[in-house]
Amino acid sequence: MNQVPERTFMQKYHLKGIGWTIIFILLLFLSSVMTEVNWGEFFSNLGQFFALLGRMANPDWQYTNIVVQPIIETIQMALLGTTLGTLVAVPFAFLAARNLVKSPLVRGGIRFFLNLVRTLPDLLLAALFVAIVGIGPTAGVWTLAVFSFGMISKLFYETVETIDSGPIEALQAAGANRVQIIAFAVVPQVVNNFVSYFLYTFEINVRASTVLGYLGAGGIGVFLQRSLSSFRYDQTAVIIIAILLVVVVIDGLSNILREKLL
Amino acid sequence: MVSEQPVISFRKVSKIYQNGTVGLKDIELDIQAGEFVVIVGLSGAGKSTLLRTINKMHEISSGELLVNGVSLAPLRGKKLRALRREIGMIFQNFNLVKRVSVQRNVLSGRVGYYPTWKSVLGLFNPADKKRAVAALQRVNLAEKIYARADELSGGQQQRVAVARAFMQQPRIILADEPVASLDPLTTTAVMDDLKNLNQEFKITTIVNLHSVPLALKYADRIIGLRAGRLVYNKPIDQVATQDFAAIYQEEEK
Ligand SMILES: Nc1ncnc2c1ncn2[C@@H]1O[C@H](COP(=O)(O)OP(=O)(O)OP(=O)(O)O)[C@@H](O)[C@H]1O
Ligand SMILES: [Mg+2]
Repeated sequence: MNQVPERTFMQKYHLKGIGWTIIFILLLFLSSVMTEVNWGEFFSNLGQFFALLGRMANPDWQYTNIVVQPIIETIQMALLGTTLGTLVAVPFAFLAARNLVKSPLVRGGIRFFLNLVRTLPDLLLAALFVAIVGIGPTAGVWTLAVFSFGMISKLFYETVETIDSGPIEALQAAGANRVQIIAFAVVPQVVNNFVSYFLYTFEINVRASTVLGYLGAGGIGVFLQRSLSSFRYDQTAVIIIAILLVVVVIDGLSNILREKLL
Repeated sequence: MVSEQPVISFRKVSKIYQNGTVGLKDIELDIQAGEFVVIVGLSGAGKSTLLRTINKMHEISSGELLVNGVSLAPLRGKKLRALRREIGMIFQNFNLVKRVSVQRNVLSGRVGYYPTWKSVLGLFNPADKKRAVAALQRVNLAEKIYARADELSGGQQQRVAVARAFMQQPRIILADEPVASLDPLTTTAVMDDLKNLNQEFKITTIVNLHSVPLALKYADRIIGLRAGRLVYNKPIDQVATQDFAAIYQEEEK
């Protein structure tokens, strides 16, 4: 009694860790062989890449005026989509949290559904919504809403599961019902994290929404695609610079805000 | 002799945890209105378990437990919450919501009396807001009402927790090692708060303590638990100091 236990052979030589590392390296190697990635070709084509860069070196600054409107539309799409997704995600997050919902059936069902939503890639969603609601920003908003919902609900319920259970117990013992417990003991503990994750998702969505336009889901991406397919690389340059600027500014702002929150 | 109906009545109560651990074994115990009862016993003796069966935070496995003459076993939902709002609970770790104000913490003791929507929107009656101020004045913390709970010292947090329990206008207060993490001075303050509420409002009070001197100082009655069994139960005037040796005796293995 009261002795340090002998470590097993496995524990002693960290066999598990070593094993996983070997498997990982093997997988990397196999993937590169099976997908026939030709590293030589990649590098020999670098020349073409620089040629393209050269043609983009003279941006058509006149084009800036035209780009402003779709850039704003892109940000609006991201904001709307993220907000919609978050609003729906909040109740799901509470229902999926182990410390709030004791029934494994309810929790399991909700989580299964959330996992399902998360497996849908955003480009597939965009294609789907363009087919349903037609070409335009509405499709983009729906895409981002569903995408945000999947991401935020998971981030949120994981946050809820890390909170201090003491206040929950205290409220329960005082005769509070479930909703009151959430409002008084849970929300104050998670609200800052929730806002921070909202901003983080918004960042991602601004970036993602630039690409969605490619599939006809509105925003700056439509213009990006147009300029590329008409070989107007001088315009492409302007668009890329604009996107870069917006993303950097929004990332910066949201980082500052999030630091303040946590 | 006509004796009043006890406020709390354990009748052959046992509690076995899911993993087979015996929490309580055949407890027979009556607690009268207005008593200040202290429960002592070794760590793991079942003190917390006993306390938590009284507001049904833990279910019992067999026997019957009556509070105000009502059996707890069938209570669910609304009826259970109505019972709980009349039982204040104090915890070793205070269990305040750290990021919100002292005022909101104290008011949260009152939510059991409010419809959901009203409490969630924070629409507390003026009378309850006054009551919160009065509760804080009782524990000498009125000037901290707008401070965030985590700005307070441990002792102050526990006194806010006492104010929160008092907000419930409880008939019973259960305190699970309320002073285990406090220094001697704040210990006295918190125990005095509890004793004053007990005497002034006849709130039946049950406190788990690890300290024999404190038990002797505050209790009307001392109850001893050992390995889930009730091994001691005497009014304070019959308690002798040497009795504690038997309560704190290790179980022979
Ligand atoms: N949730 C639980 N599941 C299983 N066993 C438990 C649980 N809670 C307590 N126990 C066990 O029940 C017994 C009584 O525990 P309890 O917490 O009531 O003791 P205690 O007298 O309050 O001890 P302490 O002085 O350390 O707080 C212990 O053996 C403990 O390990
Ligand atoms: Mg305990």
